Amino acid sequence: MTMNNHGRPTSPDHVPSDRNVETVSGSRGLLQHEGLIFEVGTPETTGVDLPKPKNRTGRLGGVARKKGTGLPGLSEPQAVRHYMRLSQKNYAIDLGLFPLGSCTMKHNPRLNEKLARLPGFADIHPLQPQATVQGALELIDELATWLKTLTGMPAVAMSPKAGAHGEFCGMMAIRQALIARGEGETRKRVLVPASAHGTNPATAVQCGFIVDEIKANERGRVNMEQLREKLQNADDIAGIMLTNPNTCGLFESDIREIADLIHEVGGYFYCDGANFNAIVGRVRPGDLGVDAMHINLHKTFSTPHGGGGPGSGPTVLSEALAPYAPVPFVVKDEDGVFRLVEDVDGDASESFGRMVAFHGQMGMFVRALTYILSHGADGLKQASEDAVLNANYIQARLKSVMTPAFDGYCMHEALFSDAFTAEGIETIDIAKSLIDEGYHPMTMYFPLVVHGAMLIEPTESESKAELDRFCDSLESIARRAAQGDETLKGAPYLAPMRRLDETKAARKPILKWVEANADSVAAE
Amino acid sequence: MRYLPLSPEDRAEMLDVIGAKSVDEFYADVPEAARLKGTIEGLPNHQGELAVERHLSKLAAKNRSASSGPFFVGAGAYQHHVPATVDMIIQRSEFLTTYTPYQPEIAQGTLQTLFEFQTQVAAMTAMDVANASMYDGSTACAEAAIMATRVTRRKKVILSGGLHPHYAAATKMVCEAQGFEVVQLPVAIDDENALAEAVDDATACVIGQSPNVFGTVTDLSKSADAAHEKGALLVSVFTEAVSLGLVTPPGEMGADIAVGEGQSIGNGLNFGGPYVGLFACTQKLVRQMPGRLCGETEDADGKRGFVLTLSTREQHIRRDKATSNICTNSGLCALAFTAHMTLLGGKGLEQMALLNHEAACDLADALDAIDGVEILTPRFFNEFAFRTPMDAEAVLAMLDEAGVVGGVRASRLFPDGHMGDVILCAATECTTPEDIAAYAAALKEII
Repeated sequence: MTMNNHGRPTSPDHVPSDRNVETVSGSRGLLQHEGLIFEVGTPETTGVDLPKPKNRTGRLGGVARKKGTGLPGLSEPQAVRHYMRLSQKNYAIDLGLFPLGSCTMKHNPRLNEKLARLPGFADIHPLQPQATVQGALELIDELATWLKTLTGMPAVAMSPKAGAHGEFCGMMAIRQALIARGEGETRKRVLVPASAHGTNPATAVQCGFIVDEIKANERGRVNMEQLREKLQNADDIAGIMLTNPNTCGLFESDIREIADLIHEVGGYFYCDGANFNAIVGRVRPGDLGVDAMHINLHKTFSTPHGGGGPGSGPTVLSEALAPYAPVPFVVKDEDGVFRLVEDVDGDASESFGRMVAFHGQMGMFVRALTYILSHGADGLKQASEDAVLNANYIQARLKSVMTPAFDGYCMHEALFSDAFTAEGIETIDIAKSLIDEGYHPMTMYFPLVVHGAMLIEPTESESKAELDRFCDSLESIARRAAQGDETLKGAPYLAPMRRLDETKAARKPILKWVEANADSVAAE
Repeated sequence: MRYLPLSPEDRAEMLDVIGAKSVDEFYADVPEAARLKGTIEGLPNHQGELAVERHLSKLAAKNRSASSGPFFVGAGAYQHHVPATVDMIIQRSEFLTTYTPYQPEIAQGTLQTLFEFQTQVAAMTAMDVANASMYDGSTACAEAAIMATRVTRRKKVILSGGLHPHYAAATKMVCEAQGFEVVQLPVAIDDENALAEAVDDATACVIGQSPNVFGTVTDLSKSADAAHEKGALLVSVFTEAVSLGLVTPPGEMGADIAVGEGQSIGNGLNFGGPYVGLFACTQKLVRQMPGRLCGETEDADGKRGFVLTLSTREQHIRRDKATSNICTNSGLCALAFTAHMTLLGGKGLEQMALLNHEAACDLADALDAIDGVEILTPRFFNEFAFRTPMDAEAVLAMLDEAGVVGGVRASRLFPDGHMGDVILCAATECTTPEDIAAYAAALKEII
């Protein structure tokens, strides 16, 4: 039967206008309320059908758990709904532009996911005989070759688990090289620009170095005068950690000179490769005098960010640092057989050691190689250029209403200061207002060298129409910010949640669910 | 190129708006000598899905997957069954393609699952609090050692002889870089007493593992007492998270910090990564913890919500004074872990743990019955070491020819350990009676 033959109104006449509807369930239309599993499930429930055990604990020698975990389980339909409902409360790159500067939120091709799940990659053990994993070792070798060729560097360490772990790898290689030169104890000072990612100084300290900060000049690049000053009496210099393109989204125009100066005083050049995605195919870091650089496979080569990892941070090394690379690494013998060098001797007698169990983020290697082969040399170069073009387009479209932090063109991200806002309106208000417009905010308050920084990285994945839509939204918000529109301070209004109280969370941290918390939930 | 939406017309129009003639102008700061002309030589151009899939499939086909036959390799990574639902959940765009939840108003999905993850890990380890995960078990172990030096202001870290050698190496490397002394006890299948006896007044922590790399389960209470008596901490390590369903957990042994590998729950073998490091500690130490933490709070309307918290410990705020340089966790692997645990529940975990133990008992019985085989591990959960009358590498190669992946030779993990005739093997809920019979038959034939 048809639905409209019993007098049902079929057009929205006389419908009351927008009003704040309260619901009994806590859900709001498609946005379903969902409690914690501890409130939904029971300890007796399980969503997995396992064979019945015989309850034999004969070989434990009495080292048995006394108290159960008490953790609840959910049946499969409950579990599926739980995670589906929660998923609806997340913003994602698959939903829209995700302009987080420095984070490179580009499209994640599904072919990468499919191939990473082939049993020949996903279902092999890191310690099974090497003769049974020749294809996996070949894949690592093939990806390594691409990374070396794209960067113009002779060696790469594949095992670092993330960007910061790659930094650690590069700085440990520098440390080991200094030890080999007999200068491990005397060369402790590492120069780090004030604009650097927080991981840079933290990593230097983890490697036993002392951080010496250098300032930016008025063009957002390294202050060369101060650098030269710091390099006088430089017997204690271990090296420099420099991001290029830097965190202001600018190419360090003096980079060759910086590299030469550091090398002249006996130091090494660590390049933070977080922004390599702006220059792939246009510039090889090896031609810039770099000694070590990590590559964030999850940024430049689009392995998914997954809500905060896993990342992967292979680190390319110069001739000078290559002998100190960590184990394990893959070598190809003359007979074409691939082999893992796992111990610090023989081929790896000068290695600084092992950073991690096993051989690195294989699942990410498969995705990154798939991405690289799909793009090829021409596509990778075009991707870099489109990313830079998109950022410059945003900068051009918004420069009349917002304040660009620096003059001139940018690389893959556009940086604005909060100078254009009226008194009382802050960067965070603009960021949160973007949420109501359906966008993830840009990176805010970073880099530290620009007041109220807003760092916008569109990536190459956006069409011109998407960019225009985004610019229209941000332009409107910026105008309201310039006029001192106080309603911005309450944003977001339309997100699953209003602004959250981070101070309260930190004052008396509640880091897990406990029975007692249930009262407050019930009172909600 | 299928991933690039801009058309040549778009590009021209955009350059026009910008006022640039070509993209070359954006790269004007690149030193002349370093500018590449054309595309990089020696590399192929873009390819369609079919071509890429063919190439990668060919590589995958050269590897022998664990499920293709009897498979007994453990020692830090384990073959387990992961429910289909788990992979569906982690492939949801909203989880897969989002960033670290720095904007909590539009990231409650990720944040709530992290809060649930932290609660599950705390309960499983019987510890007060857990963080939102680390890269893997080995880096979690290294971070635990550094944390212990920070808490105690001491510089000596003692490693059990049963600690997984990769964990020991990663920890040693990190500690020595920061000027801490690392004492590695001699390799031992069961070194319960040695660990307790090694603690002195300069010790920041002792790091023990149960089940250890040889599979030995140990009540580390004695080490905990010895450590606490001297003002040191006990770091308790596990590489097999399923063991927590059956074996005495770190919290019941008096551990101050518990770290381990969570791969076994929700995550595949993946040739060693990505995995998910678990990190838990006592309430007292929470502000010294590395890594991300998710905490409960309220929004402007008083509604319960979750945020990343205590970030003043972290590098993006504290820079050179941070507790760690860690910037990421292992978010998606943690989601896989928590989704699998949510399906299992406490009851399912216990059941799964029992099945693992029973499979290993059956395997040990079957191998023990062969002349010349000596089971070396005195008490175990789902893996153990055994001695053969021949070189282990040769035995494993012959087993391989018989279609059985029989384990790891101890000499691969301990090249100087004089363990050329020792094999480490594991059984899980994936191990069938037929697998065990095939192993025993093949081994009997060989020796």
